[in-house]
Amino acid sequence: MPQYFARSANTIYRLVLFASAGSVVVVACLGYLIVRSPYESMQNVPREQPIPFSHEHHVGGLGIDCRYCHTTVETSAFANVPPTKVCMNCHSQMWATSPTLEPVRESYRSGRSIEWTRVNDLPDFVYFNHSIHVHKGIGCETCHGRVDKMPLTWQAQPLTMEWCLNCHRHPERYVRPRDQVVTMGYKYPPNQLEVGRKLMTEYHIQSLTSCSNCHR
Amino acid sequence: MMAPVEERQRHAARELDPNNPLPVVAPSTTFETVSEQISSIVLTRKTPLFWWCCFGFGIFLLIWFAIAVTYLLGKGVGIWGIEIPNGWGFAITNFVWWIGIGHAGTLISAILLLLNQSWRNSINRFAEAMTIFAVMCAGLFPLLHLGRSWIFYWVFPYPNTMTVQPNFRSPLVWDVFAVSTYFTISVLFWYLGMIPDLAMFRDRAVERWKKAIYGIMCFGWRGASHEWKWHQSASLLLAGLATPLVLSVHTVVSFDFTIAILPGWHSTIFPPYFVAGAIYSGFAMVVVLAIPLRSVYGLHNLLTVRHLNNCGKLMLATGLVLAYTYCIEPFTAWYSGNEFEMAVVRNRAFGPQAWSFWGVILLNVIIPQGLWFYKVRVKPQPLFFMGCVVLVGMWLERYMIIVTSLGRDFLPSSWATFVATFWDNATLYGSVGLFITLFMLFVRFLPMVPVAEVRELLPFSKPGGGTEK
Amino acid sequence: MNETVQPGFVPIEALTGPRGREYWRSLDDRDAAYTPEENEQFSEEGVAVSEASRRRFLSLMAGSLALAGVTGCTRQPTETILPYVDPPENVIPGKPKYYATAAPVNGVAEGVIVESHLGRPTKVEGNPDHPANLGATSVHSQACLMDLYDPDRSREILKLGVPQTWDAFQIAWEHAIGPLAARNGAGFRILTETIVSPTLGAQIQALLKKYPGAQWHQYDPAGSHSARAASMAAFGKSINTYYNFATADIVLSLDADFLACGRASTRYAHDFAARRRQGDRLDMNRLYVVESTMTATGGKADHRLGLPYSQIEAFAAELASQLSIPGGASGSQYGFWTTRVARDLQAHKGASVVITGEHQSPAVHAYVHAINETLGNVGKTVIYTAPLEEQPVDQIASLRQLVDDMKAGRVEVLLILGGNPVYNAPVDFQFADALNHVKTSIHTGLHFNETALKTTWHLPETHFLEDWGDARAFDGTVSITQPLIAPLYDGSHSQLQLLDALIAFPGRTPYEIVRSYWGANSGAGNFEQWWRKSVHDGMIANSALPAITLAVAKNVVRTAAAAAPNDSSMEISFRPDVYMYDGRFANNMWLQELPHPMTKLTWDNAIYLSPNTAAHLGFENQQHVELQLHGRTVWGSVWILPGQPDSTATVELGWGRWHSGRAGNGAGFNAYAVRTSDALWSANGVQFRKLANPYPLASTQMQQYMEGRQVIIENTVDYYKRNPGFVPKAEHEPEENLTLYPHWDYRGYAWSMNIDLTACVNCQACVVACQAENNIAVVGKEQVLARRAMHWLRIDTYYKGVPGNPTAHYAPIPCMQCENAPCELVCPVQATNHSKDGLNDMIYNRCVGTRYCSNNCPWKVRRFNFLLFQDWTTETWKMQRNPDVSVRSRGVMEKCTYCVQRIREAEITSQDENRFIRDGEVKTACQQACPTQAIVFGDKNNPNNRVSKLKAEKLNYHMFAELNTRPRTSYLAELRNPNPEFEPGAAS
Repeated sequence: MPQYFARSANTIYRLVLFASAGSVVVVACLGYLIVRSPYESMQNVPREQPIPFSHEHHVGGLGIDCRYCHTTVETSAFANVPPTKVCMNCHSQMWATSPTLEPVRESYRSGRSIEWTRVNDLPDFVYFNHSIHVHKGIGCETCHGRVDKMPLTWQAQPLTMEWCLNCHRHPERYVRPRDQVVTMGYKYPPNQLEVGRKLMTEYHIQSLTSCSNCHR
Repeated sequence: MMAPVEERQRHAARELDPNNPLPVVAPSTTFETVSEQISSIVLTRKTPLFWWCCFGFGIFLLIWFAIAVTYLLGKGVGIWGIEIPNGWGFAITNFVWWIGIGHAGTLISAILLLLNQSWRNSINRFAEAMTIFAVMCAGLFPLLHLGRSWIFYWVFPYPNTMTVQPNFRSPLVWDVFAVSTYFTISVLFWYLGMIPDLAMFRDRAVERWKKAIYGIMCFGWRGASHEWKWHQSASLLLAGLATPLVLSVHTVVSFDFTIAILPGWHSTIFPPYFVAGAIYSGFAMVVVLAIPLRSVYGLHNLLTVRHLNNCGKLMLATGLVLAYTYCIEPFTAWYSGNEFEMAVVRNRAFGPQAWSFWGVILLNVIIPQGLWFYKVRVKPQPLFFMGCVVLVGMWLERYMIIVTSLGRDFLPSSWATFVATFWDNATLYGSVGLFITLFMLFVRFLPMVPVAEVRELLPFSKPGGGTEK
Repeated sequence: MNETVQPGFVPIEALTGPRGREYWRSLDDRDAAYTPEENEQFSEEGVAVSEASRRRFLSLMAGSLALAGVTGCTRQPTETILPYVDPPENVIPGKPKYYATAAPVNGVAEGVIVESHLGRPTKVEGNPDHPANLGATSVHSQACLMDLYDPDRSREILKLGVPQTWDAFQIAWEHAIGPLAARNGAGFRILTETIVSPTLGAQIQALLKKYPGAQWHQYDPAGSHSARAASMAAFGKSINTYYNFATADIVLSLDADFLACGRASTRYAHDFAARRRQGDRLDMNRLYVVESTMTATGGKADHRLGLPYSQIEAFAAELASQLSIPGGASGSQYGFWTTRVARDLQAHKGASVVITGEHQSPAVHAYVHAINETLGNVGKTVIYTAPLEEQPVDQIASLRQLVDDMKAGRVEVLLILGGNPVYNAPVDFQFADALNHVKTSIHTGLHFNETALKTTWHLPETHFLEDWGDARAFDGTVSITQPLIAPLYDGSHSQLQLLDALIAFPGRTPYEIVRSYWGANSGAGNFEQWWRKSVHDGMIANSALPAITLAVAKNVVRTAAAAAPNDSSMEISFRPDVYMYDGRFANNMWLQELPHPMTKLTWDNAIYLSPNTAAHLGFENQQHVELQLHGRTVWGSVWILPGQPDSTATVELGWGRWHSGRAGNGAGFNAYAVRTSDALWSANGVQFRKLANPYPLASTQMQQYMEGRQVIIENTVDYYKRNPGFVPKAEHEPEENLTLYPHWDYRGYAWSMNIDLTACVNCQACVVACQAENNIAVVGKEQVLARRAMHWLRIDTYYKGVPGNPTAHYAPIPCMQCENAPCELVCPVQATNHSKDGLNDMIYNRCVGTRYCSNNCPWKVRRFNFLLFQDWTTETWKMQRNPDVSVRSRGVMEKCTYCVQRIREAEITSQDENRFIRDGEVKTACQQACPTQAIVFGDKNNPNNRVSKLKAEKLNYHMFAELNTRPRTSYLAELRNPNPEFEPGAAS
């Protein structure tokens, strides 16, 4: 009986087999990488704001304390965005006529809020509490990054559950003295692990990994 | 060689004589005829009306299935009759039922192969096909019954940004592995067996495109002796892998119930009970499929009364195992002295859904006793009837186990009786449609009888080539 | 409006903004602390709304996808933050604030404290200082948020259905009243409900002063008509009576469901339960109940006697004669009971209470006065005060006169302040027809209801949480109610404001009105201080009415002894519904879906028949029948109620509304349709006709018998004295280590709960509280019928003994929070897990919905979102949601969490303050609402905590302990205190 396929068919055949098998693996890996990419977590993406507010200038340049504007960070779950009034405290004198600040003045006149775009945004089923983290000596920088180097604010960390658990499982790696909480560019001591453990006992830090600590 | 008509008459005469050992393959069959017979079904012969009817019917139900599933995904599992306490209803019943049906296929193809039961050769192909399609149907239900089906993949262990893994203590996770393994092995085994026959199709096909397709499908099989050698060992290997699955898969499925603390589920007898039931329903499905095929495609010479007889016997045996467990359950309940267990027994027999219990007794125990009779086993019509009865009975059994236990558990205040909705039935019959459709496509385009293996049975293949007595 | 510049103590920012449309803007500035949904509901004009809807779409997509949890595969949607422009002082975004006010319940005030998130009232709790509830809540004050946020509330001033402005109404008013003014306002009538608000009363008087010819009528369908008639008969004047159960050893209730519904039931239940616990439960009070249907109180009784409504009077008469009270009728019909009860009462002179229901006949009320006096209870356990009403009148007569005048055309302008007479006036008055003879009729109300349909004008009212006002509690204590939020709907006005405008256009703001009234009447030296304190405390210090001493002037005139009903002439009795009251709560979804105490019925009322009578009439349960009473008919379904007296039927009023809103319309049947002025509460000769079409009733508990299982362990006090360890424990509970899994010891906190079955009176307040706190969805009748009700906490009601006269037993069933939780074992995706402090956490966003956990739960406390039960679209309901609890979507399991959000909040607060959580600092919602303090929650690792002490008691047991699931929720076995003389064979 005559051979129906040319000899080369075998090679092609094998090629196809291996390719199809391989592609499955490749796709899987790709998906995995994408899921973890900053693209997905929208990490390091400077966000458009109605006013090009620069933390770099206010924190880095002028050295204003975080808590001057984010007043509720130590008392409440929610670290508030400053009311227009707070902006106006200074900007009624400084740059009082600068066109970039017009939205602020407009808001103050009309009594309408400035619509800031949310930068660090957790899913609605995650209950994060600022006050306790600040109280236990977790620096602003640890989650928000070097805001003093952010001309426009961006999300510095992936904010995935994995990332949260890194710290919740090993607080000693990240905890710092309470008085250093708002410090930007804090240098962890070389013996951070033991310092961390000391602070943990001092601040009664537990490693909270129960589901209901964050999900309710 | 005598005319086929006479031949069949003589053959028929022998069928009815129990003392006479039955041939696995009718004597008239030869290498040539069997190849011709099987390949012609696919390649040359005109598709019989019977096929079109079944296929149409299958498609019709399949459309219903599509509608039901679409509505389900759009609206939620609330379209079914499930509630609290009856968190599981038809979906899981169907799942267990379909998985069970699959088992006969594997048993025939793997265990009987290892046991060297020559008669399995001519029925193992479509039995395996049955297995695969049944597992497909079964596999759908655990997905569909999820409240949020679109995240079913969370039951697989994979690296994720939540650093959360499935709960390996949960029988549902064991299911995932059991069923997926089962499916993979079955598919490999089935396809491997088909390769030589596909090659035969390639060679007998007239049209170029058919040659091409079958050519590709048969991996360029040439029938060289070394190929046969590999083929043999591969089959044995897979058979070895598949054999434990016959027992393990349904055991794991039974764990879904036994691991729970629910009275009526929490029972150590479930694994053997379930496996026996699985094979019971599986063989029922085999005869239900074999008998029509046999007559429509004139396969009397390949699917002989010997096959029917053996299937009948196996059904009878497994059926008796079930009957035994039915008797044992009340006993253990009484012996345990556990009020909840006894309440379950009472409730099953006399509760609001007693009909399901007595239905099971009637369909799974009483009627199948007819299989004691030789005539019932070898005559197509009664055996076909038995098959249908057992299939229904086995579905009902799973239904009974699930809803009567859930509906009346520990705390009386939460008792309630399950009521199925239209959509429950739509999904059940829809899945039957899926099965029929797939099976009909298989019959139409693939070798439903393993020619190569049947040839091994023929006298010419035996050393000395003696004719059968 | 000028409230902004009010100097007074206006503690909430909601008022600092202008009203109506602008009000939205003022809220628009608020920090959107949590989800974007939260600020959408404050968005305004078209543009913004479309923007809003787009954002909502995104956020919903986010919600569902995020819930779909394709973690990482969904990028967070862009959300915005709207900070304040000028932040109100002492508002911290993310921290709720609490304000005291008072809720009207059964016509009197109940002090409440309302939780407010960024100006949105989200939860109501009891005011611990308020006498009416001492910190607990009734179902009605719990559920009042559903009325506030009811999307079916009327929003606009309407004239014959056409929207009008406030000014237009003023003009129309002047036009209508002008001609009458010449005649001192003759032809002008006011129809109100019972008024217990001093300010409102004063305003009506002021209006009447302006129009001397005008008349003031009052009508309350469920008012205390009999009580008033009786006190007129006995004392010659109408008084207010309330009881002090704290010192009552013996309580005899003649058809009063005083524990679960009616005036001050919250306080009564509290005192009753406290007295039941007295002396480690060994010195327990005793409750006799004689009643005309099975009630929660009857179920709690130590001895219960079911009598037809009409026979209660005979019983009272007999008892009176036993106590040798003139006017009593000696008889031996109920001798067995009356002799023994009389003896028991006499043995506790001055320490007993005889109480009767508002709906019983004046004669019974009169007997009760006489009996209490003879027993020397008056002034001790029974307190008389001046009436709470601003003007007590015979309301039926008052309404009859009004209707007659209306028909005779003597009424030209009718002002209906609240209420719904077209729906609930006695049917023989034909109020609706009478209305046609009135030229100008004005109706005010929260809803555009049946009456509003018939009147020429309808004015939307503000909800009590939206406006200033005041009201008296059951003992006369006055509460000044302050608003928690500015009125949601433009054009809604409070009754105060309306009357003020009618007196002198344009009228003052409610704030000014209330403040000025008390400015004149407080009698305080430093009014500003007094005002601040009163508003802050939610009540005016010692403003309770002084007790007065009275002697029964006249003997009771006994009405002719009514013949006992029999199957040929059956008796029907009416009573206000436990939840719908007189029908005003018909559109309150929480109350609609709240299971009735004894039947567990939701979304319907029913015709209660005794098992025997039902058998005699050949009715199955839920048989749909036509009820015929003197030619009038109504259709309803039969519910066979154990304990219902034979040949009697009981129906609840307040159902079958046809214009109440989407929830109330068509729910149940309207019993008012057969209720006439001469037979307000009971009538004879009711008949039934089977109907072909079935009408199923949605009950949440199909099986009300325990099937001999040890669900509720109960016994008598005497038995407990004799064998204190009767509660089986040891032999049932397997040892701790009887598990394959490694032992986990709970360091730190170990949260657990204890429920006292002796105390639970089945009032269901805990169930609503749980629903309010945890954003639990309402599913509707069909889904309840499909057994998919979502309540996390339920109260099981079981009957024991003969169906004719059973005892009832109540068991609140929350999640048991098992330490060896069966549910956790079987979840394939670890969506339910154990926390380190022993909570059985349920993680909604991880749940894929296999329902395996529910199958494996012996208590079936888990609830599943079979469909999309949550309302994602109605803006007002979003305002109610608790921002600290995830809103569950379709396809996920949910269950009681021990209010974990409160626990975590307390943990954080305590750690911020470097201390441990104090005992009682964390209260679960159910515990907080419970009038009888049957539920106690806390850390059982600390032996000094209340919960640990209770768990150490001999009566403590775990339900189904033999399953070795190690429940954290335990129960105290139920104890009763029957009278040994009732034992068969005891000396009589």
